[in-house]
Amino acid sequence: MPRQRLYPLEDLEDIPGTKVFTARRSREAYHLHKFCMSLMKEANREEFKADERAYLDKFQMTEAQKQGVLDRDLNKLIELGGNMYFLVKLASTDGLSAQKAVSATSGMSAEEYAQMMLEGGRSPEGIRSIRANK
Amino acid sequence: MARITAGIATSHVPAIGAAIDLGKTKDLYWAPVFQGYEFVKEWIKTHTPDVVILVYNDHASALMLDIVPTFAIGFADEFQSADEGWGRRPVPVVKNHIDLAAHISEQLVIDEFDITLINEMDVDHGLTVPLSLVFGQPEEWPCKVIPVCVNVSQFPTPSGERCWKLGEAIRDAVKSYPEDLDVQVWGTGGMSHQLHGSRAGLINEEFDRRFIDLLAHEPEELKYITRLEYLRETGTEGIELIMWLIMRAALGYGVEEKKRFYRVPASNTAVGHVVYEAKS
Repeated sequence: MPRQRLYPLEDLEDIPGTKVFTARRSREAYHLHKFCMSLMKEANREEFKADERAYLDKFQMTEAQKQGVLDRDLNKLIELGGNMYFLVKLASTDGLSAQKAVSATSGMSAEEYAQMMLEGGRSPEGIRSIRANK
Repeated sequence: MARITAGIATSHVPAIGAAIDLGKTKDLYWAPVFQGYEFVKEWIKTHTPDVVILVYNDHASALMLDIVPTFAIGFADEFQSADEGWGRRPVPVVKNHIDLAAHISEQLVIDEFDITLINEMDVDHGLTVPLSLVFGQPEEWPCKVIPVCVNVSQFPTPSGERCWKLGEAIRDAVKSYPEDLDVQVWGTGGMSHQLHGSRAGLINEEFDRRFIDLLAHEPEELKYITRLEYLRETGTEGIELIMWLIMRAALGYGVEEKKRFYRVPASNTAVGHVVYEAKS
């Protein structure tokens, strides 16, 4: 008997604007995430802020990941395997709230995003499936 | 014998912890959120358990990088609050009930749950924010806490059905513990939210309210919500709701709902909260 599954696993890639964090992505971003978690110590945050490039060079991240950090390009970092729970530690080091970090990935300004949340958030209508929207 | 007397579910948004720590709970933005917890703060005074089994997910503070256990139990004597990038939350150290944790761990493996034991870790907002919401800002937490960590971030997460069974197994384990202990099970996280991309800020009030509607008395069908449905309907982080199922299953067949609360927003998230007393 072939195994029955409730849905094909590829369907996890069918959600608009969404990268589902998988083991493969976790592996791709392992060293990026190692860097992010290093920011859980005050001394490391200070060292990073003093010379970002030199600090990043202590980690085996790809050049693209390092550039993404320097540019604070969270979407780029997510594309390169990153997950928000790690990346938020970078935002916290910069003194940004989680909401500001999240809004920065949404393509909206922080103000527009905050207003949308006050008005009840983003409706799921029309953004459930890439396929369905074609 | 030990018994599970009550269950609490609540979101564990980090900004809620910051609002408490910075004394902002009366601010215009936060007051309506904290109002929803006035009931539980009073209720807990007459219902303080000996032990809380607190089901939460670590947010890349102790897990998710080098080790990614699907289900794990905190097995250290005590746990410090984690520095998540802005310093440790100023909350009391969390103290474990090692003997009950050991008993539950053994029983779970015997019940086919191959649980991971964690002998050292810090606990992040996922665990400390619920404690603050319920107990406020005491010098010491008034009870022991057994952390149960669930992977809800790296796919595939455990299914809702699997979480339900874990809750049932925790219930059986507690009931077979010889000492007379009052135990609560708390499920944390949720409700709908997504923290990245063009769907960031997603809130599905209809889904969330239905989930709360069914959880007390008709939880069966919630077990079968698939990971894909959680993702589509509640956002990438809304799947934390599977941890509410562990709490609900641990309470057994009948519960009395003492409180329900729903509020949008807290930061990026829909806040949900329920208090149940066990009937059996």
